Amino acid sequence: MPEEFKAGCARPTGGPVGEKAKPGQQDEKESFHKKEERHMIMVGQKAPDFVSPAYHKGKFVNIKLSEYLGKWVLLCFYPGDFTFV
Amino acid sequence: MSVDSVFVHKMWNDNELSKMVKGGVPYPMLSDAGGKVGSVYGVYDENAGVNTRGRFIIDPDGVVQGYEVLTPPVGRNVAESMRQVQAFQLVRNSKGTEATHPAGNQVKPL
Repeated sequence: MPEEFKAGCARPTGGPVGEKAKPGQQDEKESFHKKEERHMIMVGQKAPDFVSPAYHKGKFVNIKLSEYLGKWVLLCFYPGDFTFV
Repeated sequence: MSVDSVFVHKMWNDNELSKMVKGGVPYPMLSDAGGKVGSVYGVYDENAGVNTRGRFIIDPDGVVQGYEVLTPPVGRNVAESMRQVQAFQLVRNSKGTEATHPAGNQVKPL
């Protein structure tokens, strides 16, 4: 399911997908305000979808969270490779 | 998922983790350059430039059922996470008529 991509010089990146911030002008003040408003995930709410490059069983693939609908997902964040997780 | 690139993930898996776990890491090792996804999930530490130890349980409908965020010194306990996932699975499969307690003892709610 996840699409494979070729390893190149550019560092592959991903990011949140779907439900973009509301369109229209966004002046400095507004974006600053928005940052302040940042809040934590809520239990019982949809997990924000994202696409992220990944290494899986010898291949570089793009993983999209919504492709895992129908399965239980344990999403773990950790500070860095070569440390304990 | 960490801010490391997929290439660092590869090195870590191929050179270290695959020696500890036969066949290497069985699940995808996600890369979150710049902490973009971590920011959305509220676990990105801007000052340190890394994601903190966040763990999210997401059910088959894509709904967050639980999460836990710890500061770096303390790691996660797999058994702890499994207990929670299994409890959520039991509740979901029994349509909320059963809940679990530690050690797998099932109790009927009043």
